[in-house]
Amino acid sequence: MKMGEEVLRIENLHVSVEGVEILKGLTLTIHKGEIHAIMGRNGAGKSTLANVIMGHPAYEITQGSIHYMSKPLDELEVFERARAGMFLSFQYPAVIPGVQVGTFLKKSTQSVRQVELSARDFRKELKDAMGMLNMDSSFLSRYVNDGFSGGEKKRLEILQMLLLQPKLALLDETDSGLDIDALKIVAQGINMVAPLAGCLIITHYQRLLDHVKPDYVHAMIDGRIVESGGPELAVKLEEQGYEWLEQHQ
Amino acid sequence: MSEQARDAVGDYRYGFHDPEHATIRFDKGLSEQVVRDISALKNEPEWMTEVRVKAYHHFNERPMPKWGNCSELNNIKFDDVTYFLRSSKQTEKNWDDVPEDIKNTFNRLGIPEAEQKWLGGVTAQYESEAVYHSIREDLEAQGVIFLDMDSGLKQYPDIVKTYFGTVVPYSDNKFAALNTAVWSGGSFIYVPKGVHVEMPVQAYFRINAKNMGQFERTLIIADEGSSIHYVEGCTAPTYSTDSLHSAVVELIAMKGAKIRYSTVQNWSSNVYNLVTKRGVAYENSTIEWVDGNIGSKLTMKYPSVLLRGEGAHAEVISVAYAGEGQHQDAGAKVHHLAPNTTSNILSKSISKNGGRSSYRGMLQVTPKASGCRSKIVCDALLLDEHSRSDTYPTMEVGNSTADLEHEASVSKISGDQLFYLMSRGFSEKEAMGLIVNGFFEPFTRELPMEYAVELNKLLELEMEGSIG
Ligand SMILES: Nc1ncnc2c1ncn2[C@@H]1O[C@H](COP(=O)(O)OP(=O)(O)O)[C@@H](O)[C@H]1O
Ligand SMILES: [Mg+2]
Repeated sequence: MKMGEEVLRIENLHVSVEGVEILKGLTLTIHKGEIHAIMGRNGAGKSTLANVIMGHPAYEITQGSIHYMSKPLDELEVFERARAGMFLSFQYPAVIPGVQVGTFLKKSTQSVRQVELSARDFRKELKDAMGMLNMDSSFLSRYVNDGFSGGEKKRLEILQMLLLQPKLALLDETDSGLDIDALKIVAQGINMVAPLAGCLIITHYQRLLDHVKPDYVHAMIDGRIVESGGPELAVKLEEQGYEWLEQHQ
Repeated sequence: MSEQARDAVGDYRYGFHDPEHATIRFDKGLSEQVVRDISALKNEPEWMTEVRVKAYHHFNERPMPKWGNCSELNNIKFDDVTYFLRSSKQTEKNWDDVPEDIKNTFNRLGIPEAEQKWLGGVTAQYESEAVYHSIREDLEAQGVIFLDMDSGLKQYPDIVKTYFGTVVPYSDNKFAALNTAVWSGGSFIYVPKGVHVEMPVQAYFRINAKNMGQFERTLIIADEGSSIHYVEGCTAPTYSTDSLHSAVVELIAMKGAKIRYSTVQNWSSNVYNLVTKRGVAYENSTIEWVDGNIGSKLTMKYPSVLLRGEGAHAEVISVAYAGEGQHQDAGAKVHHLAPNTTSNILSKSISKNGGRSSYRGMLQVTPKASGCRSKIVCDALLLDEHSRSDTYPTMEVGNSTADLEHEASVSKISGDQLFYLMSRGFSEKEAMGLIVNGFFEPFTRELPMEYAVELNKLLELEMEGSIG
């Protein structure tokens, strides 16, 4: 397989929150067209990794570096990262009361893609994407994530990913709380974006990986990647847990 | 607007002013003679002159309110105010007959355009009097009366005499007294039995001169089973000295009638806006106040409803935005005076850059008003640490069958919301604009679409100045 261009390169990354070190020297490189899965127990630092890549101001990089498209990310604000093609599907998407999904999607698509979309073109694109994700058009007049079930929130995240057409997609536990049908739909969305992007899928479970084939699986413990492998590693982690890796350390 | 003008007025889009062209301008200051002169100039019936003079004396004797923003109220220099200014000889029916630069001003404010597209009638008041007035012929044919108040008094003296001051007597408060003494302009509306006015009618109030006092007086009567939606807007130029706007609005909803009164107040930040708005609702009628306060230096305004007939309903939705140097002291008052009356009050405020917003509410249920229901929700959003919000709710409940709910919250924009929106490509300012618009959405969705769009733009503009 010919390797795509480098999308993300993380080297020896140390990150602290409120003075506590969470990531303790993490190294990872993702190329275009690759799907990476990171697995780890609660509190291992998976969301921290996703947030720090996206530029969350609460997380301080104390050592190491992140390069996106071969350029250091340090100075880019969150919205500039989004406009440069980075996307994060949130583990816990925020509620924005009073802002209708339809308005929000149109504005954010325009901001990120930096194009004036005609109302007609946008409607068509939106309709197709929502059709694929099996979302009813009544979604559009609801307020962003307000009163949404877990599954609805995740679907809205994937819808945004399809519209924003990212070059780097970070998916933080997008599979949690989904029933099998929803899981398949979400997987379909990821598979559509994956060939043109670098994907980093954070998950607890092997089951999403039945539908989205990862190229690499990484096990994360206490802020570090301690083991990397192919899809078989995900199966092993699910069956055996993480103890065997801890003994390793 | 020119660059220079833009610099002078900052982000306030309506801060430009025209050269003054008064045909009659009173000297500054207030006296019994000024009051009599206004009345004489308008050729009013004797009874009105007398009411004015009585009100004037009451105004003089009545102390300033001891509540609200007293120190700011005491800064008002009543002697520096111009109490009457006529800028056009008469009220025109055709925009082409309105003096050129006044017409241009209203063009800039989008009034003639709105009129053509979606309004049933328009009054445009400039300083003390209406310079333009029109109503659609079909409404006139149905017997709907929509006039500026001065013409209303001339043409329908009996109706005016019957209702004037019955809902807001001059003795109600100091500023109601002031208004009654020197009132000029405003709207007079009568909707006959069973007539539904489908398109909103609008009044637009513009202050142009420096140190101007505008004292319009509005009276709306909806006869049995009728309905009307009245919309008012207001702006003024930005000056370094203060202007005073003190209106009185009286609404009367007869049995089964419905009145909706929507306001988007966007005065420049040198205007004191001290307004008394009250309605009386008879059996099974509805009065709705949809009240938005964005501008002004100090606003004190508490739209009220007296639920006098069984089954009457009051709805008050108000929003306030207080930026730098602004205090929005707003709220609602509802008096349940009859059985099975219901009310909903929703108040939302945003404070930013040291601005202050206060909710002042009054809910009364009298002993004979059994089976009443009321819900009050107050939400405040603070955009920074220097800003302030307070609530002063008062409840007087004299009947134990009342079903009352009261919720209040104060919140800040959360870091999670900002991070989420910014990760979707919105700059921090854009994200704040979205959140703020969303916060006011329960209000904006009640406005005619054109107003809603305008208001959202306005708030986005306000957010732009906010972050260093
Ligand atoms: N904003 C934050 N403030 C304080 N502690 C945090 C914050 N974010 C994460 N942490 C802490 O960092 C550790 C890793 O959390 P997280 O990255 O959410 O793990 P995971 O996603 O793997 O479950 C946890 O101990 C958590 O409490
Ligand atoms: Mg997590």
